[in-house]
Amino acid sequence: MAKCTPGGISGYAGEEIALTGCLGQRHIGCAMKDGILHVEGTPGNAIAAYLDGGSIYVDGNVQDAAADTMNAGLLAVRGSAGDALAYGMRGGRVYVLGDVGYRAGVHMKAYGEHRGVLVVGGRTGSFLGEYLAGGIIIVLGLGHEGEDITGHFCGSGMYAGTIYLRTVRTVRNLSDKLVMRSVPASELDQVVRPVVEDFASVFSIPVDRCLEGGFIAIEADESKSYSQLYAAV
Amino acid sequence: MRRYRIGMYEGCISCLRCARECSFGAITVDKDRKLSFHHDRCTDCQRCVSFCPTGTVYITEDANRFRHNGLFGEDDIREIILQADTGGVLLSSMGAPGSRVPIYFDRMLLNASQVTNPSIDPLREPMETAVYLGRRPEGIRRDADGDIVDNLPPHLELDVPIMFSAMSYGAMSLNVHKALAKAAESLGTCWNTGEGGLHEGLYPYRRNTIVQVASGRFGVHATYLETAAAIEIKIGQGAKPGIGGHLTGRKIVGDVSKTRMVPPGLDAISSAPHHDIYSIEDLAQLVMSIKEATHHAKPVIVKVAAVHNIAPIASGIARSGADIISIDGYRGGTGAAPRRIRDNVGIPIELAIAVVDQRLREERIRDRVSVIASGGIRNSSDVVKAIALGADAVSIGTAALCALGCHICASCHTGRCAWGLATQDAELAGRLDPEKGAQRLVNLVNAWTREIREFMGGMGIDSIEALRGNRLALRGVGLNTKELEILGIGHAGE
Amino acid sequence: MKKEGEVRISSGCAISGIFRRDGKRISGEAIRRSIAVMHDRSNGLGGGFAAYGIYPQYKDHFALHIFYDSQSAREETERFLECRFDIINLSKIPVRRTAAITDAPLIWRYFITPLPHMLQDSQLDEKEYTSRAMIGINGSIDGAYVVSCGKDMGVFKAVGYPEDVADFYRIEEYEGYSWTAHGRYPTNTPGWWAGAHPFSLLDLSVVHNGEISSYDANRRTVEMYGYTCSLLTDTEVITYMLDYLTRRQGLSLAECAEVVASPFWTTIAAMEDEQERRRLSYLRRMFSSFLITGPFSILVGFRGGMMALNDRLKLRGLVAAQKGDTFYFSSEEAAIRVVEKDPDRIWAPQGGQAVIVRLNEEAGA
Repeated sequence: MAKCTPGGISGYAGEEIALTGCLGQRHIGCAMKDGILHVEGTPGNAIAAYLDGGSIYVDGNVQDAAADTMNAGLLAVRGSAGDALAYGMRGGRVYVLGDVGYRAGVHMKAYGEHRGVLVVGGRTGSFLGEYLAGGIIIVLGLGHEGEDITGHFCGSGMYAGTIYLRTVRTVRNLSDKLVMRSVPASELDQVVRPVVEDFASVFSIPVDRCLEGGFIAIEADESKSYSQLYAAV
Repeated sequence: MRRYRIGMYEGCISCLRCARECSFGAITVDKDRKLSFHHDRCTDCQRCVSFCPTGTVYITEDANRFRHNGLFGEDDIREIILQADTGGVLLSSMGAPGSRVPIYFDRMLLNASQVTNPSIDPLREPMETAVYLGRRPEGIRRDADGDIVDNLPPHLELDVPIMFSAMSYGAMSLNVHKALAKAAESLGTCWNTGEGGLHEGLYPYRRNTIVQVASGRFGVHATYLETAAAIEIKIGQGAKPGIGGHLTGRKIVGDVSKTRMVPPGLDAISSAPHHDIYSIEDLAQLVMSIKEATHHAKPVIVKVAAVHNIAPIASGIARSGADIISIDGYRGGTGAAPRRIRDNVGIPIELAIAVVDQRLREERIRDRVSVIASGGIRNSSDVVKAIALGADAVSIGTAALCALGCHICASCHTGRCAWGLATQDAELAGRLDPEKGAQRLVNLVNAWTREIREFMGGMGIDSIEALRGNRLALRGVGLNTKELEILGIGHAGE
Repeated sequence: MKKEGEVRISSGCAISGIFRRDGKRISGEAIRRSIAVMHDRSNGLGGGFAAYGIYPQYKDHFALHIFYDSQSAREETERFLECRFDIINLSKIPVRRTAAITDAPLIWRYFITPLPHMLQDSQLDEKEYTSRAMIGINGSIDGAYVVSCGKDMGVFKAVGYPEDVADFYRIEEYEGYSWTAHGRYPTNTPGWWAGAHPFSLLDLSVVHNGEISSYDANRRTVEMYGYTCSLLTDTEVITYMLDYLTRRQGLSLAECAEVVASPFWTTIAAMEDEQERRRLSYLRRMFSSFLITGPFSILVGFRGGMMALNDRLKLRGLVAAQKGDTFYFSSEEAAIRVVEKDPDRIWAPQGGQAVIVRLNEEAGA
């Protein structure tokens, strides 16, 4: 049985490498800067953590804490992802064709030219985009039309960035500090479509299906800041 | 006897506001519109200071001191002189002051999560503070289909684990009751009428009202019992365990007389015991008769003062059919109590909760009843510590009054409260705007609740019931082995 | 330094479970491979397995696995047992000496049944009679520790990495329809054999990952109902809570899950089905002392079934999978894929949503 080593498999430059039969090995592609990595199997926790460039394609499911604090590059998962996906992600693209677990995109942010982009083809667990501070999250809910696609407490504590949901349902237990609105056609074309087209091309799936029906957006309500909570002593 | 001294910085504009605000006659205006100070009448209530537009007036302790003596302190000598002058029992109000008896809340520190489990952010994640107070049966019941039958007796539902303590109409002005009732409604909690009945104007707040039945039965009638979320039988209070109450005829005026159903001018005496309760089985009878009168639709609370054998007392109450036990500690406040009693009878609430919670567990009945703690709860950390020791919820009295303006000058028994709280004087009572007062109470409890959520979140606890009796959350500092044993907690660093 | 049981020690963990709905008994080799994948989630200070269906020839007798520190503890325990039970069979549990596992206690196995007249005099049912006796041994006989005492099941645990523990106990030689495994990451240094997991009482066994924040509130509640928490671990208190709720209160395991990982009040209030809303509100109010907060994922083994449950915020990972009649549960997907590369279905249960699997009716237990 493969035992994981600290640091895992990382640090290739400008190469294209394929790993097959992965089973629980942690930290694959950790802090990778460039190159292309193909992964087949079920890689372990913390794949693509601190990813700083290049692309990682996973044919299978990824476990918890994938794309932790990712800065740039692409993680594309043709399968599902576990909990705490793209935690603190500052830039780059994380595409998951299937479902993702609890707490995806928590603390995602944007800075300078960096902007985190997370697209989920299926649906997500609760606490999606908690503390969202920038970047965008798009949940397509493919195959879950008419169902709830984000669980509870979506976007709790978010204060910047936008969550786009391809759904007509309302979101359960949405914080009163957030506003929910339907997405106008202009915004759909300018913001959502280019990202979804890229997502669809990565997985070679028809883009039209991904854009069918309406989208809603969730954003922070700036009028409800937390500053009023405190009384200086 | 002079205790305080009224002083003036430069800059007085002679608006005479201080004199108008002073209800104790300590600042008066003489005939040529000059202020004159009567320092001996000053109670240090801070009303004049709060209203002085130029910040000129101030109060200090009088510099004069008796000769220092290690045994006979300033207060001891003062009180002896006063009693020699008058032959009277010393009367006080508010809770026992001073640090003669340890404040255990200040000797306990709370825990927080680090690494091995996560803290939770209460501003973003769910953090539940709702509590349901009342009895629970021993086991579940199922119907013929195997479905669970709801066999829970009625519960008191609170959105926050903080209620307002019993303070009677008569001791307090009607505006205080209005403010408490409005605030309780807005907060989703309960206020408590105390033993002076419920003014009809407050009947609309019935869902947030606890009505009290005390030995004097003032204002108690079937409608009163019906106009409540719960009914409290008051056996005793922390400020004066074993002692009754006495509202002087001077305060039995107008609506107070009508609400208490006592003729104007007649003293209202609450005897120390309920003369229909001389033993625990009599309590069971009173509990049952109240339940019968209200069709078993409301929980019944029994309130007792924390005394030495509080653990078996609480156990007896739990077995009397009461749904909720309310325990008022040594530091509990009052509108008037003999000072010697207030300062020397009873035990601190922290110890009382600890032993009651433990005793009820040893008897396997802790889940059968709920426990409310009160008596000297000053802030949100006191609330959290009380719950971690084993209380389901707490009540606040003095802290609520402070939100309404009280500065704890402890002169309630004079009936001349400058803040319009402990008075029936129409002009003084008019100083409290019930709407503004209610808003301040709401602010206070909301602020505490936010802080409670922060404490809970720090400990990784997202629901208040998981904090209840969770004594690993507490550690003592500077406490001896016996104290730690009674509190059921470890020492800091252990 | 205080050892476990004298002080509460935090720990992180890996868990894994395999269950055959058709009752087919499989070797312990699969669960060993599964838990071994998650080596990094343990630190070598505790590993163990619980297996059901492993003693078919003695399935009507209580099977005891006991650790002894000394021969005198064994002799004392056997005298204690002889007064209360008919001992059908006793033997050392066979082990394979390995370099990775050291300081092993004496490990014995007994198959027993309560002496009929003693049971009758006690006015207890045989489960309560037996559980009290076992708690009596753990509490009163120095150097003796009952590891498991259910029927047709047993717990194998030690200080070490779980795969080494499996080799030590020759786990591949046992065949059961249900297996759970645990790898432990305690925050103290001296490992203690009895402190390893699973924890078990009668037929119930629990493996747990996480550290609950409601611990002391829960502990003081079960102690009120006569349990003694001697290890001060989450697993111990969760086992007792489930034992109380199922055996004494008559709740189903699904209802237990709704008590210990109750939905939020806001979720309950938003339910459209009024009967369901009332039922959940009832359970929460009735058993408010049994709410567990903080992170946990648990696998509960019981005779004829297994339950997987996450805390309501899903603060610990848990993956489930199915292939035909076989169900898999684990902290990580890789631990499932290593034994079943191509499951029919693989999913992450929602926080607070129990997954309960039982033997098919024809399989029996």
